[in-house]
Amino acid sequence: MPTATKTVAVTGNQAVAEALRQINPDVVPAYPITPSTDIVQRFSEFVNNGEVDTEMILVESEHSAMSAAIGASAAGGRVATATSSQGMALMWEMLFIASGYRLPIFMALVNRALSAPLNIHGDHSDGMGMRDSGWIQLWSENAQEAYDNMVMAPRIAEHMDVRLPIIVCLDGFIISHSIESMKYLPDEEVKKFVGEFAQLNPLLDTDNPKSIGALVLPDYYMEHKRAQHEAMLKVKKVVQDVSAEFAKLSGRKYEIFETYRLEDAEVVLVSLNSAAGTIKDEIDRYRDKGIKAGLLKPRLFRPFPYEEVGAALKNAKAVCVMDRADSFGGYGPMFMEIASALYPHKGPVLFNKIYGLGGRDLMPLDVDQVIDETVEVAKTGKVKMVKEYITVRN
Amino acid sequence: MSTTQEKPMTLKSLSHKKDLLTGGHRMCSGCGAPIVLRQVLLAVENPVVLTNATGCLEVSTCLFPFTAWRVPWMHSAFENSAATASGIETMYRALRKKGKIKKEMNFIAIGGDGGTYDIGFQSLSGAMERGHKMLYICYDNGAYMNTGIQRSSATPFGADTTTCPAGDVVPGKPQRRKDLTRIMAAHNVAYAAQASPHNWKDLITKVKKALAADGPSYMGIIAPCNRGWRCQTNDAIQLSKLAVDACFWPLYEVEGGKWTINYDPKDKKRPIKDWLKPQGRFKHLFAPGNEWMLEKFQQGVDADWESLKKLQEAFGR
Ligand SMILES: Cc1ncc(C[n+]2csc(CCOP(=O)(O)OP(=O)(O)O)c2C)c(N)n1
Repeated sequence: MPTATKTVAVTGNQAVAEALRQINPDVVPAYPITPSTDIVQRFSEFVNNGEVDTEMILVESEHSAMSAAIGASAAGGRVATATSSQGMALMWEMLFIASGYRLPIFMALVNRALSAPLNIHGDHSDGMGMRDSGWIQLWSENAQEAYDNMVMAPRIAEHMDVRLPIIVCLDGFIISHSIESMKYLPDEEVKKFVGEFAQLNPLLDTDNPKSIGALVLPDYYMEHKRAQHEAMLKVKKVVQDVSAEFAKLSGRKYEIFETYRLEDAEVVLVSLNSAAGTIKDEIDRYRDKGIKAGLLKPRLFRPFPYEEVGAALKNAKAVCVMDRADSFGGYGPMFMEIASALYPHKGPVLFNKIYGLGGRDLMPLDVDQVIDETVEVAKTGKVKMVKEYITVRN
Repeated sequence: MSTTQEKPMTLKSLSHKKDLLTGGHRMCSGCGAPIVLRQVLLAVENPVVLTNATGCLEVSTCLFPFTAWRVPWMHSAFENSAATASGIETMYRALRKKGKIKKEMNFIAIGGDGGTYDIGFQSLSGAMERGHKMLYICYDNGAYMNTGIQRSSATPFGADTTTCPAGDVVPGKPQRRKDLTRIMAAHNVAYAAQASPHNWKDLITKVKKALAADGPSYMGIIAPCNRGWRCQTNDAIQLSKLAVDACFWPLYEVEGGKWTINYDPKDKKRPIKDWLKPQGRFKHLFAPGNEWMLEKFQQGVDADWESLKKLQEAFGR
């Protein structure tokens, strides 16, 4: 039986801050940036009002935030932080070091567009830009998912098969600043669920001195990287197990990706995060008209579950992959994953839409146009343009 | 601070202490940096955790699967030794508050002059301002030696480096060096000092003071590099001493706002050319036509020395 939960009306940022309060990390180094600032401010209030016993480090940059997180985690405790966009970009160097040292730091990424031009609104350029940094990525459609993913994050990162840093993504403003109805778990349940953390070989164990951060030349570098690759291979199972345990606690079930009316779908859209909500509504309307439309919404993007996604999409006739980020000179970052996932199958015809950059709205009518085109592609088997920007002036 | 009765510090008593940076590291023979670090570690009484910025010391002392460090040591990147140490020090406080750690510990962040004066300047400034109880040590060899002797903002005026070579038009580094120790003192840290490995007693005493200080502390320590300075492998200690005697590298400390010059050569003050002459990187300063460079160098050193003495006069004991 799920435990008693409290229904609240909160923003995505509030929900993430609440999860952090309940987890009560040992150290939180943080630096403000819109739209994630709110998480840091709320958490600072928890600290200064004695609601957590976390030590905060109010660093002078995100580069130092991640550097301090790395030091603190290696020292031997639980470490969390939050950022967005330029902050993530400034951390970039240190992201690879956090994962290379196998430090289970957890971080909220409130997705925001990257400069230039300067823009503070939501898109996925920051999350996609760091996707090869060795961090586990969980993406969240709404405040509830962001909260739930955050509560699960330390359990996944700290699992002995994994020991890798993890990031929980939620859409800037659309989710971070909108109020939704959602459910909190009781403090005690979260505390029990995340449990105690013991770092392997903590630096502060001065009786057993360790050196962390050696120079590793060609004779050993690849072995380190393969070990990291192998840890990544184990993440999927751990995410599934932790999610199953979480479902027992909360009554909310999460898979590595979500499918919506996908089973018999002939035309399929693939989309991350908040846009999935709008797409689901439109799929319902098309279903009412007798069109077999469906959605696949990845949750675990790194490591990417290629086989499962391939199997889930292989029977569709046409799939439109919706990317809220571009890989300039390439297809959209998610399109490339879906194409890889479908490579072993004869599978559907694929095409790619770039939408929502810099916070541009994706309205129901925009989704309808995409579904209409997907229906057409399913019928003709022909794609006019593989990658196309939508909802954009000519 | 240790509670045991302090015995007078003698070479004999120090020789009984275990070396925490072992021999067998891969620093060049005659390098000043490991001499400096061994002296620093001789001063440590409590369990200590070190961080190390990318640079010669880091790459040469911990080459997988070997390490020369007998104390916990962490390197994460080039510009963030202070930020990494702030994380470690903060975790220590967090765990201590929760009763998970009982013992008193010290934290020392280490960086070369590139990792300190230049790319790590911001993270150092931030860590000092936040007040982490750590000692930051800059071993200052006056250039990016690890990557092949490129100029840093600690490189002295006129020096020939691979990015400011002594050319026909530009005769070495056009700018004077940044005075980082004073900048650190301006952060109102609990303790800031300059030291030199030729005066081990002064160096070790300063490290002890810095570790006992109630707050962040900074030490700049001169560390000759025979590759970059183009001198002999047995010159490190002699050139450290000359740098101090010429007042290029004065030994001083700033303790709770009080400025003290620890060594004033007075009438034994050496002309700067005595320090420059044995170093190949300054060879062109002695070429005919470049007399102005020697003069300019000397004037800069004298001006800094005079202003330091004024600071002692104004804010000394
Ligand atoms: C972000 C970044 N930029 C550049 C480098 C290349 N790099 C490594 S060590 C180094 C110079 C180190 O100089 P310094 O701090 O003076 O120490 P030294 O090698 O002289 O001991 C440079 C430029 C790097 N590792 N990281």
